[in-house]
Amino acid sequence: MQNFIDAYSWINIRFLLQGLWVTIEISVVSIIVSFILGTILGIIRYEKFKYFSAIVGFIIDIIRNLPLLLIIFFTYFGLPNIGIKPEIIPAAILAMSIFESAMVAEIVRSGINSIDYGQTEGALANGLTRWQALRIIVLPQALRNMMPALVSQFISLVKDTSLATIIVLPELMYHAQIIYGQNTNYIIPMFVALAVLYFIVCYSLSLLAKYLRRHLA
Amino acid sequence: MRKIWRLISAAFLGLVLLTCLSACGAKSVAEQDVLTTDQRTNRITWGVKADTRLFGLENIRTGKLEGFEIDLAKALTKKILGPNGKCTFVPVTSGTRVPLLKNGNIDAIMATMTITPEREKQVDFTHSYFDAGQSLLVKKGSPIKNIQDLNKPGKVILGVSGSNSVKNVAKFAPRARVLQLSDYAQAMTALKSKQGDALTTDNGILYGMAAENPHYEVVGGNFTKEPYGIAVNKNQNRFRKKLNWALDQVEKDGTYNRLLLKWFGHVKGFNYQEMKR
Amino acid sequence: MINLISSQWQPLLLGLWNTILCSVIALIGSLIIGTFFALLEISQKRVIRVIGSVYVEVFRNIPLLVIAMGFFLIVPMYIAKINGFTAGTIGLTLYTSAFIAETVRAGINSVETGQLEGALANGMTYTQAMRYIILPQAFKVVIPPLGNQFINLVKNSSVLAFVAGFDLMYQGNLIANDTLQTMPTYFIVGVLYLIITLPLSYYMRHLEKKLA
Repeated sequence: MQNFIDAYSWINIRFLLQGLWVTIEISVVSIIVSFILGTILGIIRYEKFKYFSAIVGFIIDIIRNLPLLLIIFFTYFGLPNIGIKPEIIPAAILAMSIFESAMVAEIVRSGINSIDYGQTEGALANGLTRWQALRIIVLPQALRNMMPALVSQFISLVKDTSLATIIVLPELMYHAQIIYGQNTNYIIPMFVALAVLYFIVCYSLSLLAKYLRRHLA
Repeated sequence: MRKIWRLISAAFLGLVLLTCLSACGAKSVAEQDVLTTDQRTNRITWGVKADTRLFGLENIRTGKLEGFEIDLAKALTKKILGPNGKCTFVPVTSGTRVPLLKNGNIDAIMATMTITPEREKQVDFTHSYFDAGQSLLVKKGSPIKNIQDLNKPGKVILGVSGSNSVKNVAKFAPRARVLQLSDYAQAMTALKSKQGDALTTDNGILYGMAAENPHYEVVGGNFTKEPYGIAVNKNQNRFRKKLNWALDQVEKDGTYNRLLLKWFGHVKGFNYQEMKR
Repeated sequence: MINLISSQWQPLLLGLWNTILCSVIALIGSLIIGTFFALLEISQKRVIRVIGSVYVEVFRNIPLLVIAMGFFLIVPMYIAKINGFTAGTIGLTLYTSAFIAETVRAGINSVETGQLEGALANGMTYTQAMRYIILPQAFKVVIPPLGNQFINLVKNSSVLAFVAGFDLMYQGNLIANDTLQTMPTYFIVGVLYLIITLPLSYYMRHLEKKLA
């Protein structure tokens, strides 16, 4: 019990919260980037442009089917070989965005697929262009259908930032490791704190999604 | 048939892209002269440890890195760039330090890195700045007294992946099983969780751990010599020579001994007199 | 690259084997546990429903790394001596079971409620109706999403690298650190992961199209 009281001193809590802030920062930026990029990629894949869509689709499949850890290594250790040399936080954002964009693209593609093609045909018959039909008629419905899948993907994103401890990203998990590495009596208190903090962030994200769905629908 | 060809061409393109990402040589970094760039920007970027007591450890209160290597890096920076020279510290682990150096994220590694012939094929070292030796950390009262006690089937030794000590242990105790963790914080925690019978790495690091965890002790003496060197990229001879010169300077003017006393003077069991230069 | 493969194929193959082993064990384990909690979640008793959804929410909202490391570091101190592979596999099983519970629950919900009522009216007990009428239909619906869960599981098994679980990613890290040929090593490791996941993923898409 004494361990818990000592472990949750203000200094340690503040250190954890600093880590949590980095986690949130990276998550928010990556969510925005991967939502936009993923939607674009998903549409490219759905539209079946000659060759282009097939190539994009293949790259998406490669990225989707690799462990995130490898994407992190490829981004942080590999990109400098082609002249891009990101610092640790941009590197983490880049890795998360690349991986999650591919995941989102797949969700968007199957979301659009789930909408009856008759609707597009109807819109085209009414004089809309193909792009207008997609943007005005199909995408909004598809977005509503794929909301649950998207939200759980974004929750995964928040959780997966913890993997970037392996490249010494100063996020929540890493800061907890620094604390219990310096005093091993704090292992259990730190894991309890980690579980609670991640749970709060992820669960409030799903509550937010529920709220949005109710008020947008 | 056309569909198959399309798939094959796409697969080929994807493979080419991936190979480019992975295999392109790091030309740009090797061609730049680190010393010139650093002198222009008045800043040296060091790769250091953030989880190793006495050498490089993140202070939870201030968020700053502290330790012998940090202080030594600061002193060397001042010698090379003048009293206004600045340094940036990038925390690295044994696994990330060499890729980061090769990619040019850091200019030099000062992270408890032993000079070994294998590593010298990939990076260049300065002369040694600290003569460590590999030893063992066990729980007090443990039956293990030296490395021979571990050379039995069923014994588990903990180490850090990418460190030289896990390679040595395969030579000295080939019958034991070695578990490699990502950093020293994990390894120490795993020892405490009884995931292994002993933790092996260099004595300086182990004394730091023993100081923090009074139920653990360093045993068995040093069974290898582990001279630490500063690693720089190949073809950076000017920078390496300058670092060697700066090392000589801090050793001559007493800064080195002062730092040694500051960090190792009070460590129980550690003979810092022997290490004086 | 060829040098690397010829000198390191043994540890790589061992890693691949451990990754597959861990994934298969975790898949079977999480199918059983996941279905169990899915049944709890749709129970007619409120208390049981709450237990089910608390379990699912807890394991869905905590990172796998925290769960696996927790098992690796905390369990041996108090409960039992378990190694990294076991700790990682248990963590992976519990984590995945929460997702499978959600998938199976959605599958059960997709089966018409009239069928349950009909089965009950024909004299079946609740358990019998679930066992013979509802679950077989639900599993047909959930096979494609379950396949995707399995692909995720294979990818997530790389968390074993953090707990010295001797999986493919762990071996890859050791080889990369040992030979200092970072990118070629991870390239090979990536290809090995793709050999497992890519065909599975294409097969699942094919299946999805066929069932739709």
